[in-house]
Amino acid sequence: MDANEVIVSIQDVSKAFGKQEVLNNISLNVYKGEIFGLLGPSGAGKTTLVKMLTGFDLPNRGENYLFQEKMPSLKLIEKIGYMAQSDALYGELTAKENLEFFGALFGLNGKALQSRIGKVMDVVELSDHLNKTVHHYSGGMKRRLSLAIALLHEPALLILDEPTVGIDPVLRKSIWNAFYNLNEKGTSIIVTTHVMGEAEKCHRLAMLRDGRLIAVGTPEQLKAETSSSSIEEAFLAYGGAKA
Amino acid sequence: MRVRALVIRILRQIIRDKRTLGLLIFAPILILTMLHLVFNGDDYVPKVGLVDIPEAFEKQLDLDDADITKYTNIESANKDMEKQLLDGYISFENTSPSIVLEGSDPNVNGATIKWLEKAFAPLQPTGSHELNVAFIHGSEDMSQFDYFGPVLLGFFIFFFVFLIAGVSFLRERTTGTLERLLSSPLRKSEMVVGYIIGFGIFTMIQATIIAAYAIYVLGMLMEGSFIYVLLITLTLSLTALTLGILLSSFANNELQMIQFIPIVVVPQIFFSGLFNLETISPWLNWIGPMTPLYYAADALRNVMVRGYGWADLYINILVLLGFSALFMFLNIVALRKYRKI
Repeated sequence: MDANEVIVSIQDVSKAFGKQEVLNNISLNVYKGEIFGLLGPSGAGKTTLVKMLTGFDLPNRGENYLFQEKMPSLKLIEKIGYMAQSDALYGELTAKENLEFFGALFGLNGKALQSRIGKVMDVVELSDHLNKTVHHYSGGMKRRLSLAIALLHEPALLILDEPTVGIDPVLRKSIWNAFYNLNEKGTSIIVTTHVMGEAEKCHRLAMLRDGRLIAVGTPEQLKAETSSSSIEEAFLAYGGAKA
Repeated sequence: MRVRALVIRILRQIIRDKRTLGLLIFAPILILTMLHLVFNGDDYVPKVGLVDIPEAFEKQLDLDDADITKYTNIESANKDMEKQLLDGYISFENTSPSIVLEGSDPNVNGATIKWLEKAFAPLQPTGSHELNVAFIHGSEDMSQFDYFGPVLLGFFIFFFVFLIAGVSFLRERTTGTLERLLSSPLRKSEMVVGYIIGFGIFTMIQATIIAAYAIYVLGMLMEGSFIYVLLITLTLSLTALTLGILLSSFANNELQMIQFIPIVVVPQIFFSGLFNLETISPWLNWIGPMTPLYYAADALRNVMVRGYGWADLYINILVLLGFSALFMFLNIVALRKYRKI
């Protein structure tokens, strides 16, 4: 982990939809080479925060910087691999056709595209199902194909919104192994989750509750500070202190 | 190239969905065939009764082309008429002929009166000779189908492209693929252009098949050039496509997309010339010029019935392109809802 290089900087960001405040004055840095977890119950504002980082939405107050440049910017979009909560695949097409389509949008073509398709399908262990229609994929396979598409253009930063929701423990482990592999090769990862156990797999964590940042640190730090034995207890301790 | 990738993907999706593909091509063919059979059917043969007509008089009548039944009294003729076995009858009252019609169906009335005029023609003392009628457009053989045909052709293309494009864009939104497209460097304008080319190619094929079937198989009247028909249908489908995509932004699911049909699509039929526009109440006739189908139907009729060329068509085509440009612009604005840049 390179503590010097900040790749994501969220500065005093607030967001409200109408009168409902979703994010309240969030400030956060993510460093290069980290697996950074955004932990919080549903409705805490995780997805809203992620959508601002990917340029879908703008904050009402504050600023977001990616790679030292202000979001939103079309140029930055190319550096991000984004996987949303929904699988977002074309069911009528084969896995290969899906990959080819999204690859072409990122300017990949010819041999480079085919070789990237081979690589990402290896990462998610779907190489044997390349020519299958997505319609015939199981839920877990769709999730993994969705991840493969996000990896296609070799993004320096991966933003994953609840990547393992509704996935069985075996598959969850294999997806996390894929994250570690990518991370070793230098990809920074931001992952949102509401599963406390999963949060422990991240290098650093931010805890969100009701749109407020309640704690940031490594899982060990967070547990030690609250003298808890689990992330869940730590979350309760931080949440309780604020309440 | 990003637009090309989008076009290929759209075409692949359409080809994979065999049922929709069938609907787009065979549904219009089926409906046009049925209308052809309905409107081009044989002339209606009226069923006429003769009640107690003197033989000398009957001989003077021209009784061809009708089902003639003879009755001895009016009561039995009335009875048959109640059972709708008879469209009308001729009887004699005070030595002059009188005619009674069943009268519930205006079309049947028309046919029966026409027949009666013909039947009584030999009795006319002035010896009224047949009128020589000249046609500027069309001919005596032209049927209602030939007149409706161009409007229907335009309507089917508008209807199906509107629905399919709208639903497919809606799905893009509800399945999250739109979000994925927008998290790629694809520009909003490229996206709209990709959609237009993808569906444009498909509509050209669809329109060619449907129009060729109507003209060459069903024998729909075709005075002008086939190329103009394709040009008009292409611009019309562009309008349908951009409007479909635009309205899909205001629908949350497929059912809500279908709810636009009675509001946006069906009313256009009334103002597109299927019914005589001059008889529409002035309260409503301003709607016609605001609907795309009005211009397309007019242009198609000009080509197919009147055989007009480019000089008489270009204004309509420009108006259709204007509609498309407006909807396209609104689409790009509407897409801002999903990505701020």
